[in-house]
Parts: sequence; structure tokens; C-alpha cells
Amino acid sequence: MKTNDFSSSSSPSDRRIGALLRHLTAGTDADRVSSVFASPTSGVAGGSVFAHLVQAPEDAILGVTIAYNKDPSPIKLNLGVGAYRTEEGKPLVLNVVRKAEQQLINDRFISLSLWVEFWSRIKEYLPIVGLVEFNKLSAKLILGADSPAIRENRVTTVECLSGTGSLRVGGEFLARHYHQKTIYIPQPTWGNHPKIFTLAGLSVKTYRYYDPSTRGLNFQGLLEDLGAAPQGSIVLLHACAHNPTGVDPTLEQWEQIRKLMRSKGLMPFFDSAYQGFASGSLDTDAKPIRMFVADGGELLVAQSYAKNMGLYGERVGALSIVCKAADVAGRVESQLKLVIRPMYSNPPIHGASIVAVILRDRNLFNEWTLELKAMADRIISMRKQLFEALRARGTPGDWTHIIKQIGMFTFTGLNPTQVSYMTKEYHIYMTSDGRISMAGLSSKTVPHLADAIHAVVTKAL
Amino acid sequence: MMATAIRNSASRGTMMSRQISGLRSMSSWWKNVEPAPKDPILGVTEAFLADPSPDKVNVGVGAYRDDNGKPVVLECVREAERRIAGTSFMEYLPMGGSVKMVDETLKLAYRDNSEFIKDKRIAAVQSLSGTGACRLFADFQKRFRPDSQIYIPVPTWSNHHNIWRDAQVTQKTYHYYHPETKGLDFSGLMDDVKNAPEGSFFLLHACAHNPTGVDPTEEQWREISQLFKAKNHFAFFDMAYQGFASGDPARDAKSIRIFLEDGHHIGISQSYAKNMGLYGQRVGCLSVLCEDEKQAVTVKSQLQQLARPMYSNPPLHGAQIVSTILGDPALKGLWLKEVKVMADRIIGMRTALRESLEKLGSPLSWEHVTKQIGMFCYSGMTPEQVDRLTSEYHIYMTRNGRISMAGVTTGNVGYLANAIHEVTKSS
Repeated sequence: MKTNDFSSSSSPSDRRIGALLRHLTAGTDADRVSSVFASPTSGVAGGSVFAHLVQAPEDAILGVTIAYNKDPSPIKLNLGVGAYRTEEGKPLVLNVVRKAEQQLINDRFISLSLWVEFWSRIKEYLPIVGLVEFNKLSAKLILGADSPAIRENRVTTVECLSGTGSLRVGGEFLARHYHQKTIYIPQPTWGNHPKIFTLAGLSVKTYRYYDPSTRGLNFQGLLEDLGAAPQGSIVLLHACAHNPTGVDPTLEQWEQIRKLMRSKGLMPFFDSAYQGFASGSLDTDAKPIRMFVADGGELLVAQSYAKNMGLYGERVGALSIVCKAADVAGRVESQLKLVIRPMYSNPPIHGASIVAVILRDRNLFNEWTLELKAMADRIISMRKQLFEALRARGTPGDWTHIIKQIGMFTFTGLNPTQVSYMTKEYHIYMTSDGRISMAGLSSKTVPHLADAIHAVVTKAL
Repeated sequence: MMATAIRNSASRGTMMSRQISGLRSMSSWWKNVEPAPKDPILGVTEAFLADPSPDKVNVGVGAYRDDNGKPVVLECVREAERRIAGTSFMEYLPMGGSVKMVDETLKLAYRDNSEFIKDKRIAAVQSLSGTGACRLFADFQKRFRPDSQIYIPVPTWSNHHNIWRDAQVTQKTYHYYHPETKGLDFSGLMDDVKNAPEGSFFLLHACAHNPTGVDPTEEQWREISQLFKAKNHFAFFDMAYQGFASGDPARDAKSIRIFLEDGHHIGISQSYAKNMGLYGQRVGCLSVLCEDEKQAVTVKSQLQQLARPMYSNPPLHGAQIVSTILGDPALKGLWLKEVKVMADRIIGMRTALRESLEKLGSPLSWEHVTKQIGMFCYSGMTPEQVDRLTSEYHIYMTRNGRISMAGVTTGNVGYLANAIHEVTKSS
């Protein structure tokens, strides 16, 4: 990248800009990372009104793939972003998705609902709340077809831009209409969570979650921290396959969490990004959410179809708010629309149409559950293979967490120094917190990863 | 165990009282939530769809219709969809979206061989259509020019106010529409531009002003640009109708080209909703012209920081359609033809509506129907007259009297003219 700091410019205003730029960009990377909000100067005549900006740091997670792509080594492994890969290391478009897309292209009349046909055949605007049939089917998927909340019309569902969009819309809604403006997020959590909720207007606190010494759940810490939270606080819960740790509460633990939360009026906000991916069963992975719904209380849930339908780039998701009464649900929906309209007016049609085609058709739905189970099973198999490979090498340490943790990610327990070493010497790319995406592994590459882990663990780094 | 207990519960009530220790009041946390008012624009279509009358006419929301009143999927879009189908790529786009799509989009706004593109001075990201581009810019403006305000024309697309309000940027207005002439209040506009504090941010409609259809002439744009220079104002262009106004995308971008020639560092929101008929795909682009490449990289990185906590990365499908079309000279040529057909049909309907009203002997002047440009006609009708159109004639439009000409057809223009004549003849 060409750097022009204007110091040799003949224009005084250019040199002033240059001095300002140098001043603002001086310092360490850490300084640059923290200083996003540089103070504006009064407009230099003819100069840009944004001259005072400093460059933002790369997104930690997405930056991993960027670095991987730049690496010229023929043997490299991308275990960064959580996108599924086949045994051949290729991205996967599900068969059911291909079939659904074909249906949409062919303009075939698939549904009895004229409304759905109209919207799915023509690329016109969706309503602000999105594709209505998609919303209904999504609610059924996460809450269960027989859910009392659905039967009683107490659920408001809006189509949003994948999990991120659902969380952001939900967060903005809470910031405007909920009496408590603090959300508690687990420690650690997906890196984007705190930014989403902060920009939504909430203040973000954490609760203990991961126990590094056991590489499992710090259940006592969790209960203590939620118990100490002010009445009515919002609590972010990963429905299953916690990201980045893969550590999930047991059902018994979930029941205790539920009891505690309801006793303190804490508002549950579930992030469900991996339904079906964790255990291979859609219903099993939705159990914690359904437990909360079963007690008649209220909650929010953000659903993503990025992973479980492989629709990553199409940005398909849904936000559901379970309310105590049907008329409340109606008013909530109207207020959600006020959040959405000034953000992007209405959500994208393509991905939601695909999902609707699949969910409404019994054959396609069944086929989907099989493909989903196959993906989940391959990941579970990778866990076993990696565990066995480390055992075979006699790698020191307890690695059972690899097979105990659930979902796409394994929190290896490796530190940033070790991660750096693995990237430099073995061309293995992961986030610096030691999180690896099991989906990026194959039987062929497991040995390479095992070698690398063995090397860093036995080295005195 | 818990699961057994639930299954064995005699009644749901028993289960709840046993399971929920300390669940507090049975009332909802949301009982104080007020029902929100319906969106004035999108609510019109909802009402239209609910109307069972066979005579109903929808001239509300700005979505194009062919002469049979049917929505249109452009042939170039269908072909692009065929080519894209079966793709093996559904992965995340980068936060800034599809680079290919953005590059093609910048050519439309800045010109194919623009020096700014060559010098890489434009910070640009794929956005969620025009709304998303405006919102991203508003958030960006708030973050990096927190003391600035945005001047918005009167009237404007109602969602503009919502966007900058939700971004928490102070709003001011400037004169634009002249009700008496049903044209531009040029002197009012220039006064407001002159009186605004140095370095103010202005929202400008690049062409086919929504809702009035009233655009400055080229000479007027040049004068506006000069005054902006004198006042050091920032120009943000919302271009939602490039190609739709005159039928020629280059001509429709004239206002932007004038400002670029005059050296302004502008911002632009571009949308493919109307001119490619990609409404529901939510495809657009936000661009900010910077001093140099380094600054463009910086600004783009900050725009991405705002996109990440909103939606992470933009949707793929619409971007693929745009790239496919604009990246293939034959498809691009087809698109340009189809855009011209749409624009010409609308221009034809303007003429037909005006002539019909004049033939009916309307005492009012309907000159503005053919003078105004783009999808919308600001009829000058009052909310009460609009209400009569709806209740008596099943004609749906927004209460500001804005007619979406795209909804007018040879089949309904007579009915529409008659209805308008009836409710306005005594005014």
C-alpha cells in the first residue's frame, strides 16, 4: 500500500493534513486498535472532512481467513472462521438448497399460499418483517411445532440478516423498550457480541462461563454472577455449541439456570446459531430454549441458518420474541418494524425463500435433517480422530475436552504464543484464543494438526 | 428427573407452579409497549392488498409495474439467475461486500474511466440497498463528525428522517419543493445553503427526487455546486433512480458529475432496487470520495466496523446478479435497453395522465405531471382528496398526494384521471 504522508507536498494545507495523519497514526498497534474515535478537527479548506480517521483493525476472526489466503505455502490449514468444509476441504452447498433454488428459478407453483407464491416468484420488496411463511416456519423450527407459545399466538418473529442481524434488532428493541439496559454475556463469547449490543444501545457486562483449568463449564461462577445481576437484567445465552468454547451446560444445569433466571426476572436472549449442528438433532439442540418457553415466561431468540443450511452469504436468520400475551406480541412486532425500517427497510428475499421451500416440504425437510446429521457426524468424527492422534503421539496433557466439547469449535487451551508458532511453522490458521474450527479438518489434515499441537506443547515456548 | 416430572404432571397449571419457583408477576415485560404507527408508504400496499374491489389501483409504493400492472423481472436478471444457479459459492462475502459488484457500481456513478477509480480514492462498500447505504453513512457521520448535522430537503422520502434520527444525527431541513409552482424553490434552497453554517452536511437527491419528481436543471446544479464550494459543505447524494429518470444512466448522474468536476469530496448511496428490479435482494453501494488511496482504505475500514455489528457482511445473491450483468457487455447492454423501456413507459404514462385530465376539462393545471421526473408525481392533492380517492375509488397512494407513475397503465389511466378530476374539480 502506497503511503502518502504529504510531508513533501507543496500545499500548506496538505502538509497540515500530513502532520495530523502522522500524529493520529503514531504509536503502537495497540494504540491504533483502541483509538477508533479520533476527535475531529475543524474542516481544513478543501481537505476531507474525514481526514482525521485512523484505520480500523482487521476483524479478528475474518482476518484469519485473509491471512490464510495470503500464505503461499502449499501445505496450510484454515481453522479460523466457522464455515463447514467437506472431507475434501471444500465448502458445501446442501442438496436440498440446490433443489430449493431450482424450484425458485423454475417459478414452479409450490405453495398453496398465493401470498408466498407472489413474493417468492417476483423479486419485489418483502414486508418489513420479512417473508411471513419463513417467519412462521422458523418459529416452529426453534420452538417446536407443538409449542404452546405458537398455538397461543404469543410469538413475534421477524426475518433478519442471519444471527448478527437478529441480535442487533433484538438489542435495539430492548434498548428502546425494556426497563433494563444491561446485557450479560458469557466469558468468553463470539467476538462480535459485545460490539453488536453496544451499538444497539445496551451496556455490556460479563458472567463467568469457561473454566480454563477444566476446559469445561464454570457452573458455580455462572450461577454466582447471574445471581448477583440486578433484577430484570438481560442475559445472552448460547442455545447450544457455545462459540468459541464448545462447552454447553447439561440439561440439569440448564434447569438450574432457568430457575435462577426466572426467580430474578432475568430476560433470556438466546443466540441459536448451530441448531442441528451440535448433536445432529434439531430438537435436542433446541431443548434449552423450549425449557424456558415451557414455563410460560418471555424470551428472545436469534436464529441463524448460516451454518445448519450452509446459507452463510445469503444472511438468513430470524428474531423471535416470546411474549406473555397475543396482543403484546402484536405491538412488539409493530415496534420491531420501527427498528428495521431505518436500518435496511426490509430483509433480503433469496435466502429466506430457500429456507421456506425446504421447511414447508416434508421430503425436503427430511432430506435436510439427514444432510445436517451427516455434517454434525463428520465433525464429531474429526474430534475423535484428533483426540486419537494426540493420544497416539503421547502428547502431554488432558485432551478429552476435544471430544467433550460440542459443535463446530474446539477451545484447544493453546495460548497466543503457541498459536503464533503453529501459524508460522505449520501454516495453521486459527484465532489467537486457541479456537479451532473442527469443520476445517479432514482425515488427511488431522495428522498435520496433531503434529503441530504436539510440537508446541512439548516445546518450551 | 425433570423430564419425567414434566411428562407426569397432571395439568399444565400444576407443572408450572411446581417448576417455577419464584416466577414473578404474570404480566408481560412489554405491556407498556405502544403500538407503532404504520409506515406511511409500505402501509399503503398492505391496505391495497386487503381491498377486495376489482377496480382497485395501487399507485403507492415505488415499485415498477408493466403496462398490465404486473411486477417485472428483467430479462437480464433472469439470465443472470440462470447462470448463477448451481453455484458452489454461498460463503460469507467480505464485510465490505462483493468487490466485483462494488467496482462495477462505482463505474455507473463516477464514470467508467473515472480518475477517482483509477487512483483508488473511493472508499466503497456493498450495502443493503439505498436504505442500508444511507444508514451506514449516517452512522459513520455520527461516529466521526459527531457535532455535524444533516440538512434534508422538504419534502423527502420519509425514511430519510428515520435513518438519520436512529443514527442520532441532528437533522435540519432546507427548502426544496415549491407548492405554488409545483416545481423547485430554487431561491429558497440557495438561501438555506448560504445560511447553513460552514461545513454542513447536505442530503441531495441525485435525480428523480422522491416524492416530488422535481429536479434542479443542469444550470441550477452548477450554481448549487459553486455555493457548496464557497461554504465548504459536504454533499451526500442519494441516487436511487439512476437510469429511471431519463432512461440514460449517464445523464441521470449529471448532478454527481458536476460536483466531482468542481472538486467536491462527496458521498453517494446507490440502489439497484428499481433500476434492476432487484427490490427484495437489497443490493446497493455506499461510496465516499477521499483525498487519496490511503484515506480511502482508512474510511472503508471504518465503514466495515459499522457494518460488522449490524449484519456482519451483506447478502450474496443480489450482488452476484449485479456482477453477472454488469460484468458481461451483452447482458449490460440488455439491461440498459430494459431500463430505457421502463423509463419510457413512465414518461408515456405522464403524458397520458396529463392529457386525460386536460381532456376531462379540469380547471387546474397539470403541467407538472410531465415536467416532473422519475417514478413519482407530486400531484398537489390534499390528504383529504387522497382519502376520497381511496374510499370512493379504491385508489391507493400516500397521503402527501404522491402518485407512483409506475403503477399507472393504459388500462387504468382513464379511471385514475377521472377519479382525480372528480375529487379536485371543485378546488
